[in-house]
Amino acid sequence: MSPEFIELEILRPRMEELHRNGMDFLRDIIGMDWGEEGLGAIYALENSSTHENIQIAVRCTDREKPQIPSVCDLWSVAEFYEREVYDFFGIVFTGHPDMRRLYLRNDWIGYPLRKDYDESEAINPIRMESEVPEDLQRQSEIEEDAARELFVKQTNKIFGDQYIINIGPQHPATHGVLRFRLALDGEEIRKIDVHCGYIHRGIEKLSEKLTYPQILAFTDRLDYLSAHQNRHALCMCIEKAIGLDITDRTQYIRTIMDELQRIDSHLLFLSCAAMDLGAITTFIYGFRDREKILDIFEEVTGGRLIQNYNIIGGVQADITPDFANKVKEYCKYQKEKIKEYNDVFTYNTITRKRMIGVGKISREDAISYGCTGGTGRAAGWACDVRKRHPYALYDKVDFKEILYTNGDCYDRYLVRLDEIMESIHIIEQLIDNIPDGDYKVKTKPIIRIPEGRYSASVEGSRGEFGVFIESHGDKSPYRIKFRPMGLPLVAAMHKILKGAKVADLIAIGATLDYVIPDIDR
Amino acid sequence: MEMKKPVIKSIPYEEFKDNETLEALINELNKERTNVVVGKLDDLINWGRSNSLWSLTFATSCCGIEFMAVGAARYDFARFGFEVTRNSPRQADLIMVAGTITHKMAPVLKRLYDQMAEPKYVVAVGGCAISGGPFKGSYHVLNGVDKIIPVDVYIPGCPPRPEAMLYGMMQLQRKVKVENFFGDKNRKYSRSNMPSDPIIVTNVPVSQNENTEEK
Repeated sequence: MSPEFIELEILRPRMEELHRNGMDFLRDIIGMDWGEEGLGAIYALENSSTHENIQIAVRCTDREKPQIPSVCDLWSVAEFYEREVYDFFGIVFTGHPDMRRLYLRNDWIGYPLRKDYDESEAINPIRMESEVPEDLQRQSEIEEDAARELFVKQTNKIFGDQYIINIGPQHPATHGVLRFRLALDGEEIRKIDVHCGYIHRGIEKLSEKLTYPQILAFTDRLDYLSAHQNRHALCMCIEKAIGLDITDRTQYIRTIMDELQRIDSHLLFLSCAAMDLGAITTFIYGFRDREKILDIFEEVTGGRLIQNYNIIGGVQADITPDFANKVKEYCKYQKEKIKEYNDVFTYNTITRKRMIGVGKISREDAISYGCTGGTGRAAGWACDVRKRHPYALYDKVDFKEILYTNGDCYDRYLVRLDEIMESIHIIEQLIDNIPDGDYKVKTKPIIRIPEGRYSASVEGSRGEFGVFIESHGDKSPYRIKFRPMGLPLVAAMHKILKGAKVADLIAIGATLDYVIPDIDR
Repeated sequence: MEMKKPVIKSIPYEEFKDNETLEALINELNKERTNVVVGKLDDLINWGRSNSLWSLTFATSCCGIEFMAVGAARYDFARFGFEVTRNSPRQADLIMVAGTITHKMAPVLKRLYDQMAEPKYVVAVGGCAISGGPFKGSYHVLNGVDKIIPVDVYIPGCPPRPEAMLYGMMQLQRKVKVENFFGDKNRKYSRSNMPSDPIIVTNVPVSQNENTEEK
């Protein structure tokens, strides 16, 4: 699908019109640098009820002071997406309430995803002094009161005079290196400021220098718990672009592997959520069962956590002869073990007290914030890409989309637990019918994608994972963008946390189930 | 008295791959003989320290999940005394740098390392922590944590297998055993901030019998 280019002046009215007409899900904002034609952004929109897609692109020829009107009053998630574009391209979104860098340090020089960015160490050396948040930099003013006594007046443009505490980046409950700054009133959270970028590895910029088969390796390391699905998305996008048809056998293998990976991820979610709430036994149970999936992965792909299995045109190696038996054995085993988790954790009083009614998000907010995956489905939004835009074999298998209505922590937890059963159901339909044939199609060693823009998306373990490629006909992409599954979840944090206690932050963070390298890329 | 070879229960001394580094360390320490009482006390304390290494939970990316797997049911590092993980650097003996360290994270890592109490050790887990790994050419990635903190053991892999992590931790145990705890000969800061020679985990020995490790 190619985007529709519109003039900068009519962006706001056009976007308002689209929003009124039901385009209520902003999938992504992709920052672009078209060299002499200027900088710009591509907005990917979707109608949450008809699943109709549209892409709108704007250009802004001024490279010195690029400005685009903000749309964050229409779609709440745009607040974070626009900060990301500002961080990487230096495009200022006029009307945005909080135009700060999102990933890089605030003393970073230059905008790294611009084509003329200078990567030399001399400009941006490794700075070993701690970063001072922007709101603390110029805050102290000395004032004189009526009694002619001097005192220091503290003003903070983000938090005002509220009490701030810092959580992270090294904190066990943030599931990686995410940093929050919280404004507290007693135990209640008033405001949250999220700092990303502690694991920003610059994958999108690196990819612009590599060939397509080389880029594949990065996708596994984005969200390592959706390694198969991520790689599936990129392979699918490239295959679509070069018009490569893949064999049925590959489709079967990919679908089964995707579902195994989903179970693996949900088991890890269960373990970690339980451990965050203090239930060590469930952690041990979850990891015990997860190892059984890793055994299957290891036998077929050679890797445990990062498998590097999908390649352009197929998969790396054929499945082993006893793959089907092992998977069936595992499915049988896992179905019984679900009862064990229920006994020890799901129906536990402490779990229920800490999760039910905590961290609610409504369906409208989930759509506005683009919270796909378990979070969206817990709030009642049918956002499963496998149903919305079926790919691989998902239109041929029978499965339910798990939906809950409350949108609280407990529902988010139950969605995942039910999805384990649903994934097993999908695998059982496919495992006996894997057709014979080749497991990969021969491709040229150097793949050139014809000029154009391509996108593909899959249902990752925690939401919609999308890939966007703009190719100028070379062996490496002109621009590649991955839609992170976790960034919308983190963007919605301040909405979800409103009125919650500090201790709830742990339960909410655990059930949102974000993976930080996927947010930061 | 002389310092002995570092023997740990888990694997026989000869089966370790890199004994030369440790023997060089022992020779250096044996140049000046130790008092018998202090030497015996050293042995006792090092035995205790090497069997209760508390690590800081510091995982930035993929390797952290494998670290959790080592802690869980199948690999169970409690067998070796590593099961206590601390969330505060003040209480930790070692920091396992599991994952990519970026420009933004580098000052945080350095600060955590500085906050730890001596004697402290650093284990670099995975390609990213050793050299930048697949992200070496990136504008925002630190190419190797040894540029900012001294590393004791390197465990390569992307991510390393749990067996490799256990092997690396056992190498660290042996390294802890060849230290003069009393006195300052082997302290990191006494040697003008230079790190002691690191051990690089290569060719993890494959045990024929699954239970060899437990013998």
